[in-house]
Amino acid sequence: MSDVVVVGAGPSAHRLVERLRHHGFVGTLTLLGSTPDGRPPSPFGARDTEDADGTGPPSPFTVRGRVAGVRRIDRVRRRVLAYAAGTETAYPYDVLVLATPARPLIPDVAGLVGVDGGPAEGVVAPGPAATVAGATGDTVVVLGDGPSAVETASALTARGTATTLVCTTPHPLHGQLGATCSAMLAEELERAGITVVGGATVVGRSAGRLRLADGTTLRADPLVLAAGTTPDTALARRARLDVHTGIVVDDRLRTSDPLIHAFGDGTEHDGHVVDNPVDTWEQAEVLAEILTGRTARYLPRPRALRLRTDLVDVATIGSPAELRRPGTRLVGLTDRPRRRYARLALRDGHVVAAVLLGLPQAIATIGFLHRRGQPLPSDRLGLLLGLPPRPASDGAPADEDGPVCLCNDVRERTLLRAWRAGSRTVAALAEATRATTGCGGCGRAVAELCGVWERAS
Amino acid sequence: MSETPAPRSGVDTHCPYCSLQCGTRLHGDSPARVTVRPTGFPVNQGRLCQKGWTAAEVLRATDRLSRPLVRGADGRLREASWDTALDAVAAGVRRIHARHGRDAVAVFGGGGLTNEKAYLLGKFARVALRTSHIDYNGRFCMSSAAAAGNAAFGLDRGLPFPVTDLRTARTVLLAGANVAETMPPLLQHLDRAELIVMDPRRTATAQRAALHLQPAPGTDLALALGLLHVALVEGLVDRAYVRERTRGFDPAAQRATAWWPERVEEVTGVPAGAQRRAVRMLARAGGTYLLTGRGVEQHSTGTDTVSGFINLALALGLPGRAGSGYGCLTGQGNGQGGREHGQKADQLPGYRSITDPAARAHVARVWGVTPDDLPGPGRSAYELLDALGTEQGPRGLFVFGSNPAVSAPHAAHVTGRLASLDLLVVADFVPSETARLADVVLPVTQWAEEEGTLTNLEGRLLRRRRLLSPPAQARSDLRVLRDLAVRLGEPAGRYPDDPREVFEELRVASRGGPADYSGISYQRLDAGEALHWPCPDTSDAHPGTPRLFLDRFAHPDGRARFVAVDHRGPAEETSAAYPFYATTGRVLSHYQSGAQTRRVRELTEAVPEPFLQIHPDSAARCGLVEHGLAVVSSARGSMTARVRLDPTMRPDTVFVPFHFPGDGRANRFTHPALDPRSGMPEFKVCAVRITPRKE
Repeated sequence: MSDVVVVGAGPSAHRLVERLRHHGFVGTLTLLGSTPDGRPPSPFGARDTEDADGTGPPSPFTVRGRVAGVRRIDRVRRRVLAYAAGTETAYPYDVLVLATPARPLIPDVAGLVGVDGGPAEGVVAPGPAATVAGATGDTVVVLGDGPSAVETASALTARGTATTLVCTTPHPLHGQLGATCSAMLAEELERAGITVVGGATVVGRSAGRLRLADGTTLRADPLVLAAGTTPDTALARRARLDVHTGIVVDDRLRTSDPLIHAFGDGTEHDGHVVDNPVDTWEQAEVLAEILTGRTARYLPRPRALRLRTDLVDVATIGSPAELRRPGTRLVGLTDRPRRRYARLALRDGHVVAAVLLGLPQAIATIGFLHRRGQPLPSDRLGLLLGLPPRPASDGAPADEDGPVCLCNDVRERTLLRAWRAGSRTVAALAEATRATTGCGGCGRAVAELCGVWERAS
Repeated sequence: MSETPAPRSGVDTHCPYCSLQCGTRLHGDSPARVTVRPTGFPVNQGRLCQKGWTAAEVLRATDRLSRPLVRGADGRLREASWDTALDAVAAGVRRIHARHGRDAVAVFGGGGLTNEKAYLLGKFARVALRTSHIDYNGRFCMSSAAAAGNAAFGLDRGLPFPVTDLRTARTVLLAGANVAETMPPLLQHLDRAELIVMDPRRTATAQRAALHLQPAPGTDLALALGLLHVALVEGLVDRAYVRERTRGFDPAAQRATAWWPERVEEVTGVPAGAQRRAVRMLARAGGTYLLTGRGVEQHSTGTDTVSGFINLALALGLPGRAGSGYGCLTGQGNGQGGREHGQKADQLPGYRSITDPAARAHVARVWGVTPDDLPGPGRSAYELLDALGTEQGPRGLFVFGSNPAVSAPHAAHVTGRLASLDLLVVADFVPSETARLADVVLPVTQWAEEEGTLTNLEGRLLRRRRLLSPPAQARSDLRVLRDLAVRLGEPAGRYPDDPREVFEELRVASRGGPADYSGISYQRLDAGEALHWPCPDTSDAHPGTPRLFLDRFAHPDGRARFVAVDHRGPAEETSAAYPFYATTGRVLSHYQSGAQTRRVRELTEAVPEPFLQIHPDSAARCGLVEHGLAVVSSARGSMTARVRLDPTMRPDTVFVPFHFPGDGRANRFTHPALDPRSGMPEFKVCAVRITPRKE
């Protein structure tokens, strides 16, 4: 492998660089982006962002970052043409990778769109894989209905920023969670200190204030746009690569030109457009393996949503339509006082769709089993409520033959025999049976037995 | 119990099993009458587990080897005189050397051997046999933690602090360590701490935990990265410590950036909230220790996984500070000392690298040979066993203090390799499964019949002392090595058989090395001094080093190193044909291959046969019933075990212990994929299917 050119210098491009390093890539890598290659991304929601100490190992391959506006891909001569400071430069490639961040959707409302078609001043639009570090201010309004709106609002709140979440649906994630669960989510967010304004119609933004149709105005300095994204396919279209909604790629993340790969936001695989960091990260891994000569293939994970927030546990699996399909078994729980909600659709013991809130253990277990295509445990209620596992039905009941001291395999019967033979204290029983002499954890149990036998005699 | 009065006579020594090396006092003048009692030694303070209490029974094993055995023309092992046996070995070695060269005879040692035996075994291999092929079963035990410890700290000592320091801790993370079963007396030091236990099973240790994280087998590194991610996001990284005492934070942190808790949850099954809670507990004031065990280490990703936990410890500012730290819980009795004195393929005494010219020159001088005479590094343990009897591999093998026919991964294959040798020589005190395959069996002494030193999990030197004379014709390993060396043309004086004399030489050989023992003597140990290495030979008696790294780490610049690591998962994933993860481990009443503990009545009564721990749902799907028999099969082999239903098991995971021979060998199905840096095999996870079996 020699010259790889990457169009894009955002988080996904950086993730690819990191994975290439991990897999021992040899060659030259050029990142072309509208920003300097600069820092790799911080973790989502990071509260302290100290600068790099620069003591990392040198990269085993050359990474060049170029600030450049990519205009055109010349597939015949295998080069990318880009402009910087009024000059056109050609970047020849052996392999080209499109890692173009998706464009934020900016509602067509006065004061939100800037003169260049991007966000207006005071409006921040982080992509789905980006951090919230750019959104600084005392009072932030996050505008959006979907996962990234909730995640961003949560991260800002955790950082101590007064945050208002404005959504056009009655509650955030209304489409994914349904009316009841999304209302419960809104309550949880409110409880955590986020002001949630649902069913809002935004009419404009001026002088750092957002105006809603009902006459409300909210201080929004800045305004964080999390109203969704749209794939940036212009470059691919101009290069006459196959594009549907996103840039079409196969299992080896190749576009219709086998020398051009694409991954991450805005790529379309098997009819599905990537719009979340988990899929982007997995594609970066697969592509790094492919570019280092391995035979990896991208197999999309089953559809699932897991919100990145500490404020409330929320997850969905599959599509809400599955919950209404005939032939599925439904398991449900709505426990508003204890702020728990579950709807599961099961087929052949496997979960095919789910909406879960406030059930951390169940979310972890069901998500894991669903991803692995494994059946749910038979104790569905215990699973949902996170109850301790029930003992096996034919397991030995606790009786006089149960072990008291595991370290020395001393059973209650043995202790009783020693007690009857005259060992009436813990120390004497230890001497006679070795109980309590291992980890010492059964000392209290042995003392209690002494007491019980003393009273009974 | 400590309140029982200490007897006045007897011999103070240490338990023959694990690295805790509990202090014991032995009484009795014959094997039948020997009794064991715990002493107030700091690690056990009057406590012992069942194995320790019953250790004397191994001294009276009815099938104790007391005479050499030589395999006759009819293929049967028969008693022979020492001269006959040793001559047969020497003739066999010479024959192989003449036909196939020096590297065609190999040595396989053990982490239970005393320091003196380990040292002399290494010298015997390098000088008398002049083979590069010597490795030991510690490769299956500590190697991943050792590689990660060396990379991070520039030095590998299991615990860089005394275990009694744990008493002051408020929070202790046990990652893949089931101490309630593997070293029960250690738990008294953890009484006051809140435990976070990371284990796919709800073990006896996990049941005591304030927080049990139950990841899928083979996903520990993802979990470690997730914990570091939380520390980064929540501002819990000790920035001043990272700046002043470490290097390499950024790339390591960058890897963790991609592992936010909800993604880790998808991969491991551990709830995101539990990950956050764990990190908040670890980051709070009051003393935090991170300890790893075989559960996270015995993987083809073991070294990276340990590095992941060390990165977390460094980010939180724990190592090299009084009252906090990172450590690994060594497994075998002399797992620590056994890896420091030259029975490892790439090492010379004093924990020196065999490829370092200065180290070679120093050790060659002590041994009276030229540096060019010393062989270079050889194959790691499994690679060595896998090559036995093949075109390029060794044709002859010496085994001391190990039972690879049971303990090696892919054990049926290894047994086949052992059987294909021209010469297999096994020194042991019981007819282990490996000894039964041997051409020559040499009966040697065991713990209460010999003197020597061991180095426990804290890097503290301990004296093993002799209570009894060895039975009949059993000889010390040291004597056997000398007799063999002499027959191979070496001067007798080069192989002392008095452990004290060997130790004096070991002191000199270790001088200036990372594991410097030169200031330690039998005299000082017998006077009761607590000496932890390094303990250089200084004009004022050096007090030893109970706590390492307080001022600086052992890298030349004094700083610890973060190592950038990422999760890559197990070597073998589950599939439709092999739908379960199998994981293996120890039970309280047995030790290692069981060669000793299966000869103790109380212990075999406690756990007489291998069992399969499985979730009731999974058992029902496989058609298994409680107490029935099941066959556990992987793509490599199968074993039979008795079914134990356990609703606390993950439904995707089954567990079997590895202590049993024959058809009960868990290592028939384990995966021989090796860690690229440490050579550790993947004992802790592989894909299996389970089928019922009729009695």
